[in-house]
Amino acid sequence: MSIILDKVNYFYSEKTAYEAHALKDVSLKIGDGEFIGIIGHTGSGKSTLIQHLNGLVKASSGGIYYNGQDIYDADFDKKELRGKVGLVFQYPEHQLFETNVFADVCYGPKNRGFSRKQSELKAFAALRSVGLPEGYWYRSPFELSGGQKRRAAIAGVLAMEPEVLVLDEPTAGLDPKGRDEILDQVAKLHRERRMTVILVSHSMEDVAKYVSRLIVMNRGSVLYDGMPKEVFAHYHELEEVGLAAPQVTYLVHELRRRGIPAEGVATTLEEAKQSILRAFSEKHGNGKLSGAAGMFR
Amino acid sequence: MLRDITIGQYYPADSVLHKLDPRTKLMATMIYILSLFVFRNLAGFAAVTAGLLAVILLSKVPVGYMVKGLRAIIVILVITAVFNLFLTPGEPLAAFWVFKITEEGLKNACLMTVRLIYLILGSSVLTLTTTPNQLTDGLEKALKPLNKIGVPVHEVSMMMSIALRFIPILIEETDKIMKAQLARGADFESGNLVKKAKSMVPLLVPLFISAFRRANDLALAMEARCYHGGQGRTKMKPLKYKKADGIAYLAALGYFAAVILLRRFL
Repeated sequence: MSIILDKVNYFYSEKTAYEAHALKDVSLKIGDGEFIGIIGHTGSGKSTLIQHLNGLVKASSGGIYYNGQDIYDADFDKKELRGKVGLVFQYPEHQLFETNVFADVCYGPKNRGFSRKQSELKAFAALRSVGLPEGYWYRSPFELSGGQKRRAAIAGVLAMEPEVLVLDEPTAGLDPKGRDEILDQVAKLHRERRMTVILVSHSMEDVAKYVSRLIVMNRGSVLYDGMPKEVFAHYHELEEVGLAAPQVTYLVHELRRRGIPAEGVATTLEEAKQSILRAFSEKHGNGKLSGAAGMFR
Repeated sequence: MLRDITIGQYYPADSVLHKLDPRTKLMATMIYILSLFVFRNLAGFAAVTAGLLAVILLSKVPVGYMVKGLRAIIVILVITAVFNLFLTPGEPLAAFWVFKITEEGLKNACLMTVRLIYLILGSSVLTLTTTPNQLTDGLEKALKPLNKIGVPVHEVSMMMSIALRFIPILIEETDKIMKAQLARGADFESGNLVKKAKSMVPLLVPLFISAFRRANDLALAMEARCYHGGQGRTKMKPLKYKKADGIAYLAALGYFAAVILLRRFL
């Protein structure tokens, strides 16, 4: 079970004055159960890339294979694919249209051909899994707050029970609490249902915290593809393409520059903490923590 | 998907026509349209063709790109040609069953088809070389005298430019919502008319909401910047005629005179 992209190229407005080469020879293999982050500056081709995964955008050249099947085959069922690769767009709350949240969440499974009862069961489970309190389910989606709308919209995709969940900046415009809650729930889906998750994000902290593989897009091609630690070790190069490493990566680096032997590339707060603790315990001898290091405990 | 619509869309290029004052281009387009209804013989046709070709070459817009815009009016062209061909009374050339083709009909059909094609090509030169904003600026300035008899020229042109400004945004928005619903398994193509109309609801509701939201935001932003209509409003780039505009006016008038003379004396 995997998605394979083979030398995918895509041109916007092909053969007009506005032509733009949005994807250049992108080849990727997305395995089952992976948690992948995609970062890149605005206009680097992230959104275009993910719209290829469920066949919404047709590549100008190159092939895409879902579980070994060519999705551009004439007899390939695109609708089925869209159910299996659930795509949550940026600001997904703009797609809500039904009179109440529950009916809106039922839209996806109904389109997949499930009976009314089955659709409702799936909608029920989806709304549960995004953590939207039951009190909101039968209200108009337009009465909800931004974060709640976002959850309802994500539930609308989850209700189709996709095997792969693709989220395009699911936390844009949310406050820190809403952001953490949504990402934690996505991580939980990944953990408990072994769902493949692809997360497009602008927040280096978020991707460092959650993903196990990080793809960096630059001007339509893949610049880096590897573990977050490996990728963020190239923070100089990342800065050159308008990105950055997480704050703590810089912190640990700066400590090392000033003579404190904090080791490794820290990408999350926890890693930085361990690295700094080790540095201090070496300095002061094992088990004898004092001063600043003691405060970390 | 939807963003590939190109009929009459501004085509950025560095040409003499792109730099002309929009008022000049508006006026020249009017003259050109008038000339289309003046000519009626081959000499006139040659003059109009020469004029159109010269302008198209000057505009530096690829001819193929321009001709693509004609696809939208093919149906109208065919209907016009057929009606003129069969329904013009006169000397019959050929007849079968209740239809008869007359000499005048044949002439009329050709003339009308050419006129329509030239009309679209000529006026698309205007929109291809002029941004919508320049166009409304030009209209506003050209129609300013109407202000004295109580026509709210500024307000109307502001509404026009906002409407034009929002067309690409709404197209993009439609595209986005369409994709989002397709990702949820929507089907906009199959089924009968009722089913198709119903399938539009998930597209139209979010589109309306977003249009209202944008209108609201824009009104607020304009008010926050103290917009209060046209009274005493100045422009950052006021329109000014340059030497090229004078030449263009002369050329347009010369062309019109030629077309009229060709009709009179040939």
